[in-house]
Amino acid sequence: MASVPLQPVSPREGRNRWFGRPSLGKSSLARNEARWGLIFLSPWLFGFVAFTFLPIIASLIFSLTNINLAQDQPLRFVGLDNFQRMLADPQTWESLAVTFRFAAFNLPIAIVVPFVVALVLNSRYLRGVGIFRTLFFLPYVIPFVSGVLAWQGMLNLETGWVNEFLRALGVQNPPNWLQDTSLIYPSLAFIGLWGIGAGVIVNLAGLKGIPSELYDAARIDGAGWWAVLRNVTLPMMSPVIFYSLILGIVDVLQYFLVPLVLYNGTGEPGGSTLFFNLVIYKQAFNFQNFSYGATLAWLLFGITLAITLLVFRTSRRWVYYAGER
Amino acid sequence: MGALFQQDRHEELGTLASSVAVPPAPLARRRFKPKEAGKSFLFTFVVVVVLAAFLSPLIRSVFVSLKTPEQVGQLDAPPYPAALATFDYKGKTYDVYDVPIDGATKSLALVKKGRDSSQFVDPSNTDAGLITWPGSWRNLTRSWSFSPEWANYATVWDQIDYPRLLFNTVAIALIGMIGTILSCTVVAYGFARFRFPGRSLMFTLLIATIFLPYAVTIIPTYTVFLKLGWVGTWLPLLVPTFFANAYDVFLLRQYLLTIPREMDEAAAIDGAGPFRTLLSVIVPQAWPAIIAVAIFHVVYAWNDFFAPLIYLSTKPELQPLALGLAHFNTLHYRNQAFIQAGTLMTMIIPVIIFLIFQRFFTRGIVISGVEK
Repeated sequence: MASVPLQPVSPREGRNRWFGRPSLGKSSLARNEARWGLIFLSPWLFGFVAFTFLPIIASLIFSLTNINLAQDQPLRFVGLDNFQRMLADPQTWESLAVTFRFAAFNLPIAIVVPFVVALVLNSRYLRGVGIFRTLFFLPYVIPFVSGVLAWQGMLNLETGWVNEFLRALGVQNPPNWLQDTSLIYPSLAFIGLWGIGAGVIVNLAGLKGIPSELYDAARIDGAGWWAVLRNVTLPMMSPVIFYSLILGIVDVLQYFLVPLVLYNGTGEPGGSTLFFNLVIYKQAFNFQNFSYGATLAWLLFGITLAITLLVFRTSRRWVYYAGER
Repeated sequence: MGALFQQDRHEELGTLASSVAVPPAPLARRRFKPKEAGKSFLFTFVVVVVLAAFLSPLIRSVFVSLKTPEQVGQLDAPPYPAALATFDYKGKTYDVYDVPIDGATKSLALVKKGRDSSQFVDPSNTDAGLITWPGSWRNLTRSWSFSPEWANYATVWDQIDYPRLLFNTVAIALIGMIGTILSCTVVAYGFARFRFPGRSLMFTLLIATIFLPYAVTIIPTYTVFLKLGWVGTWLPLLVPTFFANAYDVFLLRQYLLTIPREMDEAAAIDGAGPFRTLLSVIVPQAWPAIIAVAIFHVVYAWNDFFAPLIYLSTKPELQPLALGLAHFNTLHYRNQAFIQAGTLMTMIIPVIIFLIFQRFFTRGIVISGVEK
């Protein structure tokens, strides 16, 4: 695949194209082009309105009503009742705390591990890079239900290999990984490691994109391995790290499918896997309380938006774009 | 956020994508000083160990799937699939035990049981005749010999109705793949080749949908599908694929931008309309990206659990493998041999697809920055 010249080329040109430049009405050629463009976009335009835009609005309307498929009741507006219930419900705050606790634990792992694996695969000391890249990526294509069940066996108290290994090392009573509230997040992080594939590939491409002159210059200046990593690799990789961070935040705030499969949505052990999105799922699809589910979903939407915007704000300070003018 | 993000993403992907084009200098990389060979060996060895740990759940799955239920329940059994060893000696079958003899443990068949001493025969050396071992045979443990239980796969095949689940998964994946390829190619062509007012805004909106929590749209969408009578059919899984998605449109658009416009213009001069140009100029050149999108979709559909869960939970005969496996697990979680056999039967096809089309896969990820 050849290199990809990307549009818009410069920020200035990109901004102009928002509304200003295309001179609609001036030439029939431009009008013709615009018409064809919109014709080709129409599947997405329709899909965006039908599956994204209207549902977001509908979701907000749902949150102001009493739609509950489990109870047969006349539809009416209830104002902010659902929001009041949400704020008063301790489960809201507990599940948010669970989500943030897990995010604080897992996000650094989800960003650092792919980066480190990419560094290893990029090392000149590694022989047979191709096969390692394939095998580190492989679990990424394994359907997650399969992955969860394979890891569930791996972490089993009696028969799991993790504990067999610990016993072989002389640990008398190895822990019950999936049933211990203090070990559940490390266990979920283990399971999550099988999803690092795409992150590794993106990081690896980023590392290969760092001009070798920078490394040569650093070496001439007598920089050691650590200094090169800190002063060349990390700044040059900051766009990739930023990108992983944003996607990682969006993903981790929605996390719930792995515990849903592991514990059938019970939140075991001790409520430590009762993630916020799991509460939304249960309210909407187990209790069929669509209005309350939509209310919670809007809170998640707001939190996601607020945090990503905040991170974008900080990015000016720590993300370095080599091509920026 | 939109405009800012778009800018960032482009610049970053620019560096990613252009890096692919730069071929690494293999000679410079491979030239080794003798002193570095040892370091290289050590480093590679450490990575092999880490990789083995990383893939060990998979290896364990394979082992467990080939065990008999008796072995799964036996805590002192070996980790590999094995059966309690027996040995036929002079027309009779005897159990084999691990016997500590002469400072080593030997696998010997117990021929004559005795309270204080028993008589054994060495299966590897029957000519030596009976060996008398002092001690109670009851204190000995049975020895295991390698013996994979392939029948587990046949049992699971029948129990979960594998042909049915496989057919459903393949059908959902392939129809969705066609929808995705058609819609995303057309939309990407629109974004890559035509100028019109609001294009950047629309592109930003498209990319912004990646960051939208699924939960905020799913409840009204589900309600509409319910009212249409589509819940309990494949339609909610298939119809949206015909209306394009952000990841694949982005990937295809980035690729289309690399195709020189001269060919389009030549086709236009020859009188080809935009549709004609798309079919005879763009598509033939964009096939690496189209194949990447096709593979991404198949792997995505194979992995998808949530949509089948909410739309097909009442219809076991329409469910795909992922959902069938989760169901099977809730019923048979005690029989780990069956569960792990089902686990492997669910993952085998995406794994094969990945191994065959690996190149398209990784390049697609580099261009789009992420797979959906």
